Amino acid sequence: MNANLRPVRTAAEQSLIDMLDARLAAPPLGSARLNDLRQEARAAFADNGLPTRRVEDWHYTDLRAALRGVSPLAGDAAEPAAPSAFVEALRVTLVNGRPQTLPSDLPPGLTLLSLADAIAADHPLLELIASDGPAQYDAALALNTGFLGEGIILHVAAGAQIPQAVEIAQLFSGAEPGCIFTRILVVVEDGAALRLIERFEGPAERAYLDNAVIELRLGDGARVDHVRVQAEGEAATHLGTLATTLGRETHYDLFVLTLGAALSRLTVYGRFAGHDSHMGVRGASLLAGARHADVTLFVDHAVARCESRELFKTVLADRARGVFQGKIIVRPDAQKTDGRMMSQALLLSDDAEMDNKPELEIFADDVQCGHGATAGALDDTTLFYLMSRGLPEKEAEMLLIQAFAGEAVEFVADAEMREAITARLTAWLALRAG
Amino acid sequence: MLEIKNLHARIGDKEIIKGLDLTIPAGEVHAIMGPNGSGKSTLSYVLSGKPGYEVTQGSVTFLGEDLLALSADQRAAAGIFLAFQYPVEVPGVANMTFLRSALNAQRRTRGEEEISTPDFLRLVKEKAPLLGISQEMLRRGVNVGFSGGEKKRNEILQMALLEPKLCVLDEADSGLDIDALKVVADGVNGLRAADRAFLVITHYQRLLDYIVPDVVHVFAAGRIVRTGGKELALELEETGYAAYSQDAA
Repeated sequence: MNANLRPVRTAAEQSLIDMLDARLAAPPLGSARLNDLRQEARAAFADNGLPTRRVEDWHYTDLRAALRGVSPLAGDAAEPAAPSAFVEALRVTLVNGRPQTLPSDLPPGLTLLSLADAIAADHPLLELIASDGPAQYDAALALNTGFLGEGIILHVAAGAQIPQAVEIAQLFSGAEPGCIFTRILVVVEDGAALRLIERFEGPAERAYLDNAVIELRLGDGARVDHVRVQAEGEAATHLGTLATTLGRETHYDLFVLTLGAALSRLTVYGRFAGHDSHMGVRGASLLAGARHADVTLFVDHAVARCESRELFKTVLADRARGVFQGKIIVRPDAQKTDGRMMSQALLLSDDAEMDNKPELEIFADDVQCGHGATAGALDDTTLFYLMSRGLPEKEAEMLLIQAFAGEAVEFVADAEMREAITARLTAWLALRAG
Repeated sequence: MLEIKNLHARIGDKEIIKGLDLTIPAGEVHAIMGPNGSGKSTLSYVLSGKPGYEVTQGSVTFLGEDLLALSADQRAAAGIFLAFQYPVEVPGVANMTFLRSALNAQRRTRGEEEISTPDFLRLVKEKAPLLGISQEMLRRGVNVGFSGGEKKRNEILQMALLEPKLCVLDEADSGLDIDALKVVADGVNGLRAADRAFLVITHYQRLLDYIVPDVVHVFAAGRIVRTGGKELALELEETGYAAYSQDAA
């Protein structure tokens, strides 16, 4: 007998299971594989539920306690006003997970497909969905897979260097709160290059839940520069999962800017499947009010001679709470691994809190790895130095905060993207300074 | 220009300045010499408004205004400049950005218009080479990776751009070799003007060979114990501070 000692399900857990069951009772969508994936995910969620503090990876973000209730799945809604441009890009807008009119004039080598259309046509790329996920149970990912059906597939043909940046704008719209489960698959074939922007936005007054999963596959020699701007509405819950698998001699740089949502969690799974590759996972979180933002990384060096760089900067005002967890895993075959991880927090208030947990798990003997974490206030001597040159206190503080976060931004290779990120930082600081 | 009367100041419970009187008229260079630990640097911080230094008695009037009522940034805009003994590194803030932000912040505080980009660039292009500050140093983070001498020269560049009325130099020669000292002194001497005064704080007489003062004060145990002309500096070089250090307390 299977002794299941899980406590009674919360209202949110029960609603999610009911919603999953309703979805799964409908006529099957797509291949047997997809349906099996959904059924397995439903079963895993029914067994494990939402994570609590007792689950190590969620120790600082008690999702089970935080998620009081769950609204119904968000349906079709009017397309909200388009967000202002980030950088000049080819934009794909998803409202409540559903792609709106896809751009037609695509550069050679780039294919965009709505996930629903791909499922209807049993597209071969679907085989890649959920084919290289984490070994352990991940509630956010399981829920997303259980509801699998909406989203987008982006494919870059071998050797294609896509000149424009591609922006995927994921928006919530609705008169009532709702849930979104969006799945994005990005496949960049051998030798191809892509600049990708993901944006998440929604109205401040709606307590919606946005569960977004993006899976990226980089073929040998591919390059992806990826910027993710999470600017969800103030009352939203954002559960993001990003799983990237890198081939041989690839270059992948991710920058995550976290500004929004009442509660957010981003889990990044980065896996080196081919040697001599580079992965940069960096970001800045600017948090005020009572926001809670959790960034958790798993960087898996499975093969030799790869390099990873993780750098996160967290600025915390008021009663905000930041969480950084990062684990670099170096497997026995991953000799000559070079991994560096750093998380730094700047606390602007006595009531703000930062939880840093960087970890290394090393099973190879010829590696260079390091990690570190700091948390502190603005330096008084530096502040006085700037003020003694005529900068008013607020302005001096802004300059120092900007410089602090800027140390992560400067790694963004694309100048336009760098400027766009800096502009967001400045806007946040200006808003805070009043 | 500057009038200090019966100044008492402390950090925490420790009184450091104990009844200081000092008047510096416009156009003059005053040197303050004294043993280590006599409170010379404290005076520079009290004048520039560093938090944590509490004035318990006395007054400081600068150009007719109560200096002590102003915050550090307001004092800068009013014309006080402190060249730090140990200039601070500010990673992530480009030197150029810093110089321009400081200049414009002062102008805004004074109700003046901000400087235009071309005017600012012209100004920097004119002043920086005189102090041996390269384009590369202007692009780098403020003082980041600068040698001791480069940091001091960068202080003088800031002074030259901000055009203060009263320049306070705290141990401007510490850590400098003779060539670097000459560059710094030339920079300072180039700024001497009828409407500008200098307060040069130093332990050694050497600096005063290059920045020749009008008046020399001996500072010991929190106040001025003797005042004279530039020859006083030479006398101190021979006799040392022993005569002033303990009996003055």
